[in-house]
Amino acid sequence: MENLNLEGSAKTPSVHFDATNGTLELKGRSIPENSVEFYKPLNDWIDAYGASPKGTTTVDIKLEYFNTSSSKCILDLFKQLEGLNGKGTEVKVNWYFEEDDEDMEEAGEDYQAIINIPFKMIEVEEI
Amino acid sequence: MSLSNIFDLYQTMERDNTMLSFKGVVTSDLLTSVLQIMESKLDHVEKSPKTKKKVYNVLVECLQNLYHHNEEAGETKGLDFLFSKSALLMISKNTDHYEVKTGNYIAKEKSIQLKRKLDDINALNKEELRDLYKSILNDGEMSEKGTAGLGMIDIARKSGNKLEYDFLPVDNLYDFFCLNVKID
Repeated sequence: MENLNLEGSAKTPSVHFDATNGTLELKGRSIPENSVEFYKPLNDWIDAYGASPKGTTTVDIKLEYFNTSSSKCILDLFKQLEGLNGKGTEVKVNWYFEEDDEDMEEAGEDYQAIINIPFKMIEVEEI
Repeated sequence: MSLSNIFDLYQTMERDNTMLSFKGVVTSDLLTSVLQIMESKLDHVEKSPKTKKKVYNVLVECLQNLYHHNEEAGETKGLDFLFSKSALLMISKNTDHYEVKTGNYIAKEKSIQLKRKLDDINALNKEELRDLYKSILNDGEMSEKGTAGLGMIDIARKSGNKLEYDFLPVDNLYDFFCLNVKID
């Protein structure tokens, strides 16, 4: 299947979903007014990937900001990945946040509490 | 408006340390421009990346509330079309905190719901707000407009202060909703 690559914009993150390596990366900021429009193709890609996933699926979330509209879509994305976990692939999430950014750290912890897949919290100097 | 009022307006804005002020219809393009302007202004005046992010976050949610309000107002009748869609946004930097102020028309029945929601939010502490956010995130449904009902909770969390608000009666259909968000 084809990889999904989207360049980041002022309101949307860059997307690098690679079916060959089983790596999914979201990076930048996610603040579109209507995030459903933006996230729909990502959900569709994950559905297609789920049909023949790699043995390990690594999800790297490197967001500096996201709005509340995106927070719901990100949860839905995690729920979708939770559904794939154990069905031919082991899903792991790496949640990146910038030093001292307690809000982003808390957001990661909250997803971790809701979603039943392994989360790793990674503090970095700059995203 | 007489010419001397221009000077009065300038002085008022100077005294209130206004960084940016806008009155009109909040469109998607306007929202993008305001965020870009404010981001570069914040880069100049604010040293703490943490505060910068909080102010930016509050701004994003406030602007998106106004934007969705404007979409909604387009569907309502009664007030003059543009008049009801129009909103106010002001951002100021005081010595120890920022303030984001918004104002917009709101239908009276919506005022009641919103007031209840704001009172509920103001009654909660930091941890309780986090729990409320988490439970709405997990159980809540997304609206067609892509709003999740989390905006005000997020604004309260990022602000770290109680949300100051008022609903001023305009006529028998509409109020004017005033919100002041203080960010330490």
